[in-house]
Amino acid sequence: MQGEIMDIGLDNLLGETARIKVEGYRFVTISCVEINEIRMELLYHFDRNFQLKHLRLSISRDCRAPSISPVYFAAFLVENEIQDLFGIRFHGLTVDYDRTLYLEKDVKTAPFCKFAVVEKSPVCEEKTP
Amino acid sequence: MFEKILTRARMRSPWMLHFDCGSCNGCDIEVLACLTPVYDVERFGVVNTGNPMHADILLVTGTVNHRNRNVLRNLYDQMPGPKVVVAIGACGLTGGIFRQAWNVVGGVDRVIPVDVYVPGCPAKPEAIIDGVVMGLEKFMEKQHVDIS
Amino acid sequence: MTRTIIPFGPQHPVLPEPIHLMLTLDDEVITEAVPAFGFVHRGLEKLVEIRDFHQMIYVVERICGICSMLHAMCYCQGIEEMMGIETPPRARFLRVIWSELHRMHSHLLWLGLFADSFGFESLFMQFWKIREKILDIDEATTGNRIIVSVNVIGGVRKDLTLEQTRGILSELKSVETELKRLETTILNDYTVQNRTVGKGVLTAKQAYELGLVGPTLRASGVMQDARMLKYAAFDDIAFTPVVETDGDCYARCKVRFREVFQSIDLIRQAIGKLPNGEIAVKVKGRPDGEVTSRVEQPRGEVFYYIRANGTKHLERLRVRTPTFANVPALLTMLPGAGLSDVPVIVLSIDPCISCTER
Repeated sequence: MQGEIMDIGLDNLLGETARIKVEGYRFVTISCVEINEIRMELLYHFDRNFQLKHLRLSISRDCRAPSISPVYFAAFLVENEIQDLFGIRFHGLTVDYDRTLYLEKDVKTAPFCKFAVVEKSPVCEEKTP
Repeated sequence: MFEKILTRARMRSPWMLHFDCGSCNGCDIEVLACLTPVYDVERFGVVNTGNPMHADILLVTGTVNHRNRNVLRNLYDQMPGPKVVVAIGACGLTGGIFRQAWNVVGGVDRVIPVDVYVPGCPAKPEAIIDGVVMGLEKFMEKQHVDIS
Repeated sequence: MTRTIIPFGPQHPVLPEPIHLMLTLDDEVITEAVPAFGFVHRGLEKLVEIRDFHQMIYVVERICGICSMLHAMCYCQGIEEMMGIETPPRARFLRVIWSELHRMHSHLLWLGLFADSFGFESLFMQFWKIREKILDIDEATTGNRIIVSVNVIGGVRKDLTLEQTRGILSELKSVETELKRLETTILNDYTVQNRTVGKGVLTAKQAYELGLVGPTLRASGVMQDARMLKYAAFDDIAFTPVVETDGDCYARCKVRFREVFQSIDLIRQAIGKLPNGEIAVKVKGRPDGEVTSRVEQPRGEVFYYIRANGTKHLERLRVRTPTFANVPALLTMLPGAGLSDVPVIVLSIDPCISCTER
């Protein structure tokens, strides 16, 4: 994969993002990948003059992640999408659709997950798992 | 007498409503291309309208999903009878290449009754015009049923 | 005057596609706009579990019918990079020719719809009449008008004969003359200027920070075009991005109009330099690893993230389409605009909803 990849944790995600913004990077997108029953992976992609930079965040399925939309406003859309399709909840979203961007109100499952998960309230918040 | 004139008039100037419910745009822009000078569906008196309450023919492209099925149902209910539904493209008929995707219900006929099926991926403008003309014949039959 | 909430869409005469906007109005001025999605969501990224990586080409082509060729090209380039396949030079030039034809027909389509959004219907008809010529070229060379299906992993499926390239060049000549005739109408007409100049302004800083891509970004004065990455045959072709500085709807219209002429030029260059040889190489093995791939679509840069695990099914395919990146611009541009300008501003980012929701 082109560009440098950096592994980060939940506690320094917002700090790193803010630093990247100061360096003049443009937000590209976030990709979510399901690793196994417990772990998920969030990949944050940024771009400056066609040089990509990726932040790799490994997260437990029932954790709430901090939203980067206060730093990069454009991130709200993709974070809402991940909320809908993968069931990871974000806190601090600037525009929160509360899992109704693509889903109907009564849907409780996460359609993109291979392992059937029914949504329950997140157990841990903002801790490095 | 008046009914006869009305029937004839409606047959010669049907207004169509186009609704894209989850197609990939391929059939969509072909429907629009029908209105433009090269294909020109207006020679059959067909005019594109945005208001379902003025429409006689409903052209539907694309698959039905869990959210837009209510919109489609609504549009169909708002149209005055007699009305004709033309489903366009492989996705509109059965779900096409997307039939196994998680948010796809299937073809248009899962939600509303369909009169004419136009196959193709995407359907060609010639095929769509043919479908609309076939729809007009069905429209004529429906009117006779309504009057008698 | 009290606050009013007006729903815009999902079925709207101006929009060919279902997007829903909740507009909060104070008198005639918009104070807040919240888009709602989900009317076209199909969940195509999930299909990688059912279809193998060759079959996925036909699925990604149908993410969007207007830029289908470029979706397939981006996906194939990603897989080729992952598997270490070197595509033959002729295939790379042919990809440029078809992708620029696609850009032309998409821009002409947009110019027509844009004219229609402020009620200039005769201009809409004129642009779509010219567009049919491009579609005729597509049909003559590939067999289909819109979804051309020429890309395979390792090259392209169809070749161009000498007569066909001559035919393309002569058709392009007539397209160019007809477009020149419309230039005064779309760029200098009083009606057009009145409805577009100064509407939906974005400064360069705003546009860059919102992460916008494509003509929407270039109209604000930022020179960013994924073709500068020199993918396919763009390293052998002279190319400078089209940039405008005003950042309003008129500038976006000007960028797209000038890009049509640029595409004509690029196709001429590509046909002039078209090398002889194979059009595809044989593909052996299965993809493994992760890769990102980028291509400039008519609406902007498309971003693919592909992860594979050595089996015939990919593990994850993530598509970030240009409209997905451009939608946040609407939330910035619409507040403060008049209700009558909503269709013009919404269309000025060239929204493609089936791309956005996949």
